[in-house]
Amino acid sequence: MSTEEKPSMLKELVGKLSSGDLSSRDLCEGLLRRVQKWNPTLRAILSIEEDRVMQRAEELDRRRGQGADLGVLGGIPVGVKDNLCSRVGRTTCGSRMLENFKSPYDSHVVSRLDDSGAVFFGKTNLDEFAMGGSTETSFFGASRNPWDFERTCGGSSGGSAAAVAAGLVPVSIGTDTGGSIRQPAAFCGVCGIKPTYGRVSRWGLVSYASSLDVAGVFGQSVEDLALVLGAIAGHDPRDSTCLPHSVPAYSESLSQGVRGMRIGVLREQLDSQGLDPQVRSAILSALDVYRELGAEIVDVSLPHSKYCIATYYVIAPCEASSNLARYDGVHYGYRSSSKDAGVLDRMMEQTRSEGFGKEVQRRILLGTYALSAGYYDAYYLQALKVRRLIRQDYDEAFSKVDLLLGPTTPQGAFRLGEKLADPIQLYLQDLFTVGANLAGIPAMSIPVGSGMDTGLPIGLQLQAPVLREDQLFRAGAAYHRAIAYQFRLPATLEEPRV
Amino acid sequence: MSASAIESKAAPAYRVVVGMEVHVQLKTRSKLFCRCSTLFGQPANTQVCPVCMGLPGALPVLNRHAIELAGRAGVGLNCALSDFTKWDRKNYFYPDLPKGYQTSQYDLPICVGGYLDIPVGGNGAQANASGQASASGQTNAVGSENVYKRIRLVRAHLEEDAGKSQHDEVSGRGDSKIDLNRAGTPLLEIVSEPDLSSSEEAKTFLSEMRTLMVFLDVSDGNMQEGSLRADANVNLHIQRGDEWVATPIVEVKNLNSFRSVERAIEFEVARQYTEYLRTGLTKGQAPKQTRGWNDELGQTEMQREKEEEADYRYFPCPDLVPVKLTQAQKLQAQESAVGTPSFYRTQLVSKHALRVSEGEILIQQGRGVVEYFLECVEHGATAKRTAAWMLQDVLRYLNDRAVPIESYPIRADRFAELLKAVESGRVDTAQGREALGKMLQTEGLSVDAAIASLGIVRVDASEIETLCRELLNENPDVIEKVRGGNTKAVASLVGLAKKRNRNADPRVVQETCLQLISQMQ
Repeated sequence: MSTEEKPSMLKELVGKLSSGDLSSRDLCEGLLRRVQKWNPTLRAILSIEEDRVMQRAEELDRRRGQGADLGVLGGIPVGVKDNLCSRVGRTTCGSRMLENFKSPYDSHVVSRLDDSGAVFFGKTNLDEFAMGGSTETSFFGASRNPWDFERTCGGSSGGSAAAVAAGLVPVSIGTDTGGSIRQPAAFCGVCGIKPTYGRVSRWGLVSYASSLDVAGVFGQSVEDLALVLGAIAGHDPRDSTCLPHSVPAYSESLSQGVRGMRIGVLREQLDSQGLDPQVRSAILSALDVYRELGAEIVDVSLPHSKYCIATYYVIAPCEASSNLARYDGVHYGYRSSSKDAGVLDRMMEQTRSEGFGKEVQRRILLGTYALSAGYYDAYYLQALKVRRLIRQDYDEAFSKVDLLLGPTTPQGAFRLGEKLADPIQLYLQDLFTVGANLAGIPAMSIPVGSGMDTGLPIGLQLQAPVLREDQLFRAGAAYHRAIAYQFRLPATLEEPRV
Repeated sequence: MSASAIESKAAPAYRVVVGMEVHVQLKTRSKLFCRCSTLFGQPANTQVCPVCMGLPGALPVLNRHAIELAGRAGVGLNCALSDFTKWDRKNYFYPDLPKGYQTSQYDLPICVGGYLDIPVGGNGAQANASGQASASGQTNAVGSENVYKRIRLVRAHLEEDAGKSQHDEVSGRGDSKIDLNRAGTPLLEIVSEPDLSSSEEAKTFLSEMRTLMVFLDVSDGNMQEGSLRADANVNLHIQRGDEWVATPIVEVKNLNSFRSVERAIEFEVARQYTEYLRTGLTKGQAPKQTRGWNDELGQTEMQREKEEEADYRYFPCPDLVPVKLTQAQKLQAQESAVGTPSFYRTQLVSKHALRVSEGEILIQQGRGVVEYFLECVEHGATAKRTAAWMLQDVLRYLNDRAVPIESYPIRADRFAELLKAVESGRVDTAQGREALGKMLQTEGLSVDAAIASLGIVRVDASEIETLCRELLNENPDVIEKVRGGNTKAVASLVGLAKKRNRNADPRVVQETCLQLISQMQ
């Protein structure tokens, strides 16, 4: 058997690893080779400490050999978005500001992965400080979509999505503030879950918008998401906004089926003008599948959803303007070496002008403006009020249905550079995804097929009430079972099996 | 300084108006939002972690003890405790502010309103310039000598301290160092109404604040270590014809001692008065200034002058959850805030009839000293004698060694026993002091053992009478003086008596002599 193992479902890998058919060392070695081959093109992964990867894999193999229980992810390599702090390697947030920043501590997610026996494989590319929807704002250059190198993999967690889609890692971790897991999952044809706000500790997640940020998972199947989320979710006293509720056994919900489940269809999404007809028909055919599986399909509406984008683009920049104030060149990170920088105020100004990219600066300025005296009530306070209305819409909807169903994005992956000049166009990509962040509810994107002419993946979004991730897994798994879904690599990236 | 301080026929009268902001460092072991130690004087940047250094991804978690202490302080300051309080970010850039914002409380502080009564001397308090304070809280007499003035408070809120910048100006290269040990230390910022009408009142206010915080064990009150810092908002109301006009308000920062509060305000009063005479500018016509107190030069110096107030872009901190104070927590705050200085003042002055000045001295020494006094009295010593001995002997011992009352070698019950021995005449005052010396030398020495070690033998009454007869026969002039009404003349016999019998009790000698003289008639 070739060590260049064709990546298979996480469950298969876990099985092979525990039975001894495969060693973590061989698995990681194979993947490292794959990264060497494809990452220069894809730029999905920003940094890998190869020695550390192999050391860890060998250590885990050794411990397994001694009969130790390694945990649910024993020996599995996991990619981690580069806005989650790790003691290994750098934590750049895709920014010049933190180009050489080494975190002295591990984020909660990284610690949990460690505790579950995973191999910390490397840091994945992202939009700078997770601000963007295409990874094009990354200081280190955009990632490419494995299905079409001229297209975006989405963002901000684009590197994590592309890495899973290209088979560079079996699973990866992303973060989602307005759709940053679900949109790239849809663009790259993988599964991605944004859990309930507070379900996964934000300790060590570099803040963009604190009241919206949450870490989640990319994988090849719904089952993989359930496994990994189970490992990283749960209470952490270091994050005051982390939920204390115990984590259910997600895997149990996978086989339950959707008979009797009430699924709400968001009419305003299916009928929205910007919706690609191919995306629309893919969603409609998925609805047929659910109907056949015995789910009850109900039309529902979120009347305030038209304000989601506006609300999001006030609240997120406001929080960002404050969260990113710490990058001032004084304590760590980039510091301008310009001659002007001799005076303190000028040093800070120069540092922030040179260290942050355009999009980050735009959002900091937006937020600074909206929080300023005289504007606060009209923008920030107003946005908080609308956010409450949006939340009430969801409460209302979930009093009638168990799940909400719709497209993850209006269109498939767009061409690189296409929306760079027009931020509004880019912001509209978040149309269907930001609602879940504003309401704090869990949402998941799963592949529902490809567009006829482009061959690009299409994502179906499922949204559930707070802490009902199990419903998402149940409905997602049932659908994939019904259509006998098989994860596959893009043809160009396939490796012949020997 | 009063309105008559500047004597000139042409000079218009004025009143001083001062409001204070006091920052009290709370006595928590760890910081407000992380577990780092708050210990003072450690090597720079050794008490830091990702949270208080503001590293990427670090998140704050509230120290519950700070809420408890703030609640207790609030009750002691007669504030209303909020049911619901939250955290806000005050955004500004400064090198020793690692996150680029200070976590503070903006519109929903933990303590609202309240007041602090301050002693303003026995000659009647001056009416406050604005007339507000006298309307809200009249000066009122407590005891016979002292008058108290009520200073109203606006609010008290919790916030985290910043780090410390050290500027190396000597090198000329403008190198600066930052120590973040202090960053994140919990502070209670207490804001008063402008009810203070002199530099002296402001000083007293700060001193009373410190005493209260120390009594309630809310703060160590250590001024040298910056546990209590104040800013003063100062302006003048100056008479112009029939009306009073206000000078622009100046905020004076960095007042870290009682003396600097007094001096800085005095300096400002004179400066603003002169400035007004020179320019005639009143509040609203000139921008609000922030000035810093330079203790060495004895002057305030301009720091910032702004037409508009700084825009801190306050907004609720999304990393922290609001705090709800339960009834149980409020009750606990009430119970823990019983031992205020004013509570003890009442005990000392009204119940135990000490002079106000004596009571004040004891109170200024701290709660432990007052408790020691009360314990002595409880064990049967008289209040007067206990106060006298504590003010003289105990405090001298403590001051000489710079130790707290807890380190005093003699327990209150035993001290009381000694005082009772003096009271009953078993030993005289001098012998009592001698016995006290023995007890201080040998820890655990009983009063009986101490007195015995002095070689004091109880002298028989007839022996004393014989001695007194001898002395009176030898000194007929004393008899004459006493008959003439000067009973104190017998005191001159005491020394002679002591020479012949060192165990003779001076009091008994005097009494016996007087009795014998009266029997001679």
